[in-house]
Amino acid sequence: MNAYNFAYLDEQTKRMIRRAILKGLAVPGYQVPFASREMPMPYGWGTGGVQVSAAILTPEDRFKVIDQGADDTTNAVSIRKFFERTAGVAVTERTIEASVIQTRHRIPETPLRADQILVYQVPIPEPLRFLEPRETETRKMHSLQEYGLMHVKLYEDISRHGAIATSYAYPVRVAGRYVMDPSPIPKFDNPKLESEAIQLFGAGREQRIYAVPPHTRVVSLDFEDHPFEPTKAEHDCDLCGAADSYLDEVIIDDAGGRMFVCSDADFCRGRREAGQSGAKAGALS
Amino acid sequence: MTPLLQVRNVSKRYGSRIGCAEVSFDLYPGEVMGIVGESGSGKSTLLNCLAGKLTPDGGQVVFDTRMDGLVDTLTMSEPQRRMLGRTDWAFVHQHARDGLRMGVSAGGNIGERLMAVGERHYGRIRGRAADWLDRVEIDQARIDDRPEAFSGGMQQRLQIARNLVTGPRLAFMDEPTGGLDVSVQARLLDLLRGLVREMGLSALIVTHDLAVVRLLADRLMVMKGGHVVEAGLTDQVLDDPQHAYTQLLVSSVLQV
Repeated sequence: MNAYNFAYLDEQTKRMIRRAILKGLAVPGYQVPFASREMPMPYGWGTGGVQVSAAILTPEDRFKVIDQGADDTTNAVSIRKFFERTAGVAVTERTIEASVIQTRHRIPETPLRADQILVYQVPIPEPLRFLEPRETETRKMHSLQEYGLMHVKLYEDISRHGAIATSYAYPVRVAGRYVMDPSPIPKFDNPKLESEAIQLFGAGREQRIYAVPPHTRVVSLDFEDHPFEPTKAEHDCDLCGAADSYLDEVIIDDAGGRMFVCSDADFCRGRREAGQSGAKAGALS
Repeated sequence: MTPLLQVRNVSKRYGSRIGCAEVSFDLYPGEVMGIVGESGSGKSTLLNCLAGKLTPDGGQVVFDTRMDGLVDTLTMSEPQRRMLGRTDWAFVHQHARDGLRMGVSAGGNIGERLMAVGERHYGRIRGRAADWLDRVEIDQARIDDRPEAFSGGMQQRLQIARNLVTGPRLAFMDEPTGGLDVSVQARLLDLLRGLVREMGLSALIVTHDLAVVRLLADRLMVMKGGHVVEAGLTDQVLDDPQHAYTQLLVSSVLQV
């Protein structure tokens, strides 16, 4: 279909976004402002991620979209279809086959490689936003590395709940400089932010792009006596038996029945195809 | 002895109006200086200029820093000035709401400065916070309550604890007792006097309440229309006022 330019956006817009991406990669964790465009989908549906993907896609790419780990939810399906139609790129549901992966709220369980790019959809890029509402002030705090306030939030967590209760969008410090919001991924995924792949973050409504280059040190903030802990449900996957993947809790009947399944659908399917199975694998199929 | 703070010819204009004009004085370590005057006399403008919250049009504010000795705070870089603002300086606002984070617990409020200068041990931060609650006479059991749940007097004491936790050497106070009833004022003044003596703190206190300066201040400056009209030892100025405005000010106080 050629009624659209390749990947929907015009070439000048893509150049502008690429400049922002390059600047973001050069200054890891720094939020680069960019002129976000209106996209044919509402804010909150990944307009930032879509613009970043549009700017980096090439006709040879193989594209994968995940939403909360799954390839078959509304958000993932519509964005995948969008690029199938406007860019004509090949798509896949398999993490290892994809060259560009756009994600919402998860990092794939399968470790990423150097030839892959992970694009995050970000709702609120400013990690200090709920502590300090003024943009002028948060920018100053970033430029002067005044990050004490971030620890005030963690202090409040411990004093109220006895432990750091922040379980997603857990703040990290990138390359020893900028404090960054890793988008609402579970803190279980934070260790995976140190990756071989390029990681790009796009916030459409807030008009910010930031990036974590490969092999960059990403440290989750914590206290000496309350160290950072990636948490997950104390359970194995009921379908594939994996003990080390992030789990969703699914209610399966009206009698309080529930099961835990891998949130990363591709990872779970891969394990089952390789012959692994969990406690309830037979009962459901 | 080197003055802790040397102020020379500090002026601030708001367009054609004068905020404060050609103010000069020295403040020595451990000394408490009162600045009195009517509303609009330039007291708060002067205080904000000295504390780096406003940029004066001219003059020098030389502070004796721990690391580098005498430094003009008006020409130092902003990161340095902000660092001073959370280590060696304290700023107590008239309204506790301006100086506290109302959505953060009392412990978090006190701990913020410690975390801002790099403390990363929860237990130690909490210990220091509890200790400071004690020192400002707030029950330690209220460490996890938000300031919203505190009375006005407690909020003001919490603000003082939050400012003094890093052991500053100079405190700027803008009407610290304004808006509090007299018995609460008396307790707060008592507390402040104790802390100032105990920590060897220097302080600049802006107020229009002569009783406050009589109790706390060693020296006094009287401002009118942006100018300092009279300065001297507190008792001397209050008991034997020379300038007409000071005489008016002293005689306006009701004797009970």
